[in-house]
Amino acid sequence: MATGLATPLTPHGGRRPTEGAPVVFELGGVNVSYGTHRAVRDVSMDIHEREITALIGPSGCGKSTVLRCLNRMNDLVPGASVSGKVAYRGADLYGADVDSIEVRRRIGMVFQKPNPFPKSIYDNVAYGLRFGPDRLSRSDLDDRVEAALTSAALWDEVKDKLNSSGHALSGGQQQRLCIARAVAVRPDVVLMDEPCSALDPIATAKIEDLMQKLADEFTLVIVTHNMQQAARVSDRTAFFTADTDSEGVRHGRLVEYDATEKIFNRPADQRTEDYISGRFG
Amino acid sequence: MSATLSRQRKRIADPAFRWFVTLAGASVFVILAGMVIRTTNDAWPIFQYQGFFSFLTGDQWLAGSSRTDSDFTGTYGAWPFIYGTLVTALIAIVIALPLALCVAFYINQLAPKRLRNPLSYSVEMLAAVPSIIFGMWGFFWLLPNVLRPFLEWLESTFGWINLAGWKPFEGPVFGSSYLAAGIVLAIMILPIITAIVREVIAVNPVDQQHAAYALGATRFEVMRKVVLPSSFSGIVAASMLGLGRAVGETVAVMMLIGSTKSWDGSLLSAGDSMAAHIAARFGEATPETTKALMAIGVVLFLFTMIINIGARLLVWRIGRVSGDAAV
Ligand SMILES: Nc1ncnc2c1ncn2[C@@H]1O[C@H](COP(=O)(O)OP(=O)(O)OP(=O)(O)O)[C@@H](O)[C@H]1O
Ligand SMILES: [Mg+2]
Repeated sequence: MATGLATPLTPHGGRRPTEGAPVVFELGGVNVSYGTHRAVRDVSMDIHEREITALIGPSGCGKSTVLRCLNRMNDLVPGASVSGKVAYRGADLYGADVDSIEVRRRIGMVFQKPNPFPKSIYDNVAYGLRFGPDRLSRSDLDDRVEAALTSAALWDEVKDKLNSSGHALSGGQQQRLCIARAVAVRPDVVLMDEPCSALDPIATAKIEDLMQKLADEFTLVIVTHNMQQAARVSDRTAFFTADTDSEGVRHGRLVEYDATEKIFNRPADQRTEDYISGRFG
Repeated sequence: MSATLSRQRKRIADPAFRWFVTLAGASVFVILAGMVIRTTNDAWPIFQYQGFFSFLTGDQWLAGSSRTDSDFTGTYGAWPFIYGTLVTALIAIVIALPLALCVAFYINQLAPKRLRNPLSYSVEMLAAVPSIIFGMWGFFWLLPNVLRPFLEWLESTFGWINLAGWKPFEGPVFGSSYLAAGIVLAIMILPIITAIVREVIAVNPVDQQHAAYALGATRFEVMRKVVLPSSFSGIVAASMLGLGRAVGETVAVMMLIGSTKSWDGSLLSAGDSMAAHIAARFGEATPETTKALMAIGVVLFLFTMIINIGARLLVWRIGRVSGDAAV
């Protein structure tokens, strides 16, 4: 603690990076532009298997943008373009022969606002299982739906009302339903963009617990505004900030990326320290 | 204390405004009722003379020349015109709706960004073109250059089709026909349906679309399984508006349908529609025929009413089935 803070500002959840965990994503000098606006510049970081990687930073620093690079959701934004190296398990994610549909089946996503379909709970979870190559039998489908709802810690609450609407659930339940829907297709990675920001503290705590469980099975990358949350749940933390270049264009940059425990107790960069200690402008 | 809270100024404008808007609102009912009552009243002797059912189903239309409310001499079977209206409007909507969905989908999802606005402005502009222009263009250009050869091809290729006595593509081909009118109607209602559908799918909430994309859905799957179902009521409304226009369209149909009183089931033969017949005969009508034309008007009005009610029922039913309740 010699170079860091006298006392840790945020209770650290105790998770630590696994020694020698395989690299799932390797980002090297990634830039993302929206039209002519180079919104995020020169991001390099490795994301490791079955770890929880948190992306934090002030609003507009490009956390969501970087997250959307990982499952090619940026393809859907007209005018968005990605350059630099984005490798997923060693293969170029933006390679010519890569199918973005296939990418998104391997790399799922949970959004800020719970967005279940206006369908039954069952149909919501089964949604991703019903298209694509493999057609499942009814009993296989039932099993997968139950397994997904169990992984999302929702099964006990909804097992008696699988046929009622997903919209009839509480906000926190809806978000867990969305997590169940994402894990039902058995992805490799689950990306979460501020999954708790629309939820109350109790629902948030449930989702945080859930993340810990999911990390046994999946690689998680989460964006959060809430530093305590990043400290509590993640193995590694990437701190982004918004910079202004010589032409006055605001853009996002990765400032520091390290083990969560180190970022919150002994940050190497002054800007990180200012941010996590709340001194950020 | 209470004095300061009581009314300080006389607000004359307020009650006056209330009365004015109430009157304006009430005028809707007055106009509707006035029109229905007046037209039905004028048409009534004809329905009595001919019988309502045989007015609808008879296929002979011979105008009489009585100057009174009795002593009618004509025969009034409106089926040829009813058939013409039904068939042309159905052809129009069957062609226009899928095309409109495709065009709207293209503009919203596939067109390059810089083409989107020009495209949707053009569609909206087309929707505002008066129907006489579609009629003229259809008659003088489309009919001889495109439709006639197409109809001839249909006749020679599918002329043999016989569905329980109905031969939809039986010749001879004259050009002006139900099908020609229906196709021009389709072109005419395409822009208005496209414009509405485009707007409806443009305001479709993106978060559910994103959810589907994130599960590995293709653009087509997102369109079919997320956007179209939740835009259903808007699409029905757009179709009904298009259908209503097609049913009521007068001048473009008049120019292309051939205006015959004889009735023949083939889509390639000439006929007449309710609106076109009324418009074509009004000027020269005897008092008796005027009443008969009013009677066609009443039927036409009933049709548009049925379309509207049907649309509401459809939206309401689908809303109940797929809305927020479980599927
Ligand atoms: N769809 C888009 N079109 C154009 N510019 C965008 C788009 N999405 C993001 N940007 C720009 O990219 C930059 C980074 O935005 P991004 O949403 O990634 O930030 P963020 O860190 O997720 O912010 P927040 O915490 O508010 O969600 C911003 O300058 C933003 O204006
Ligand atoms: Mg964001």
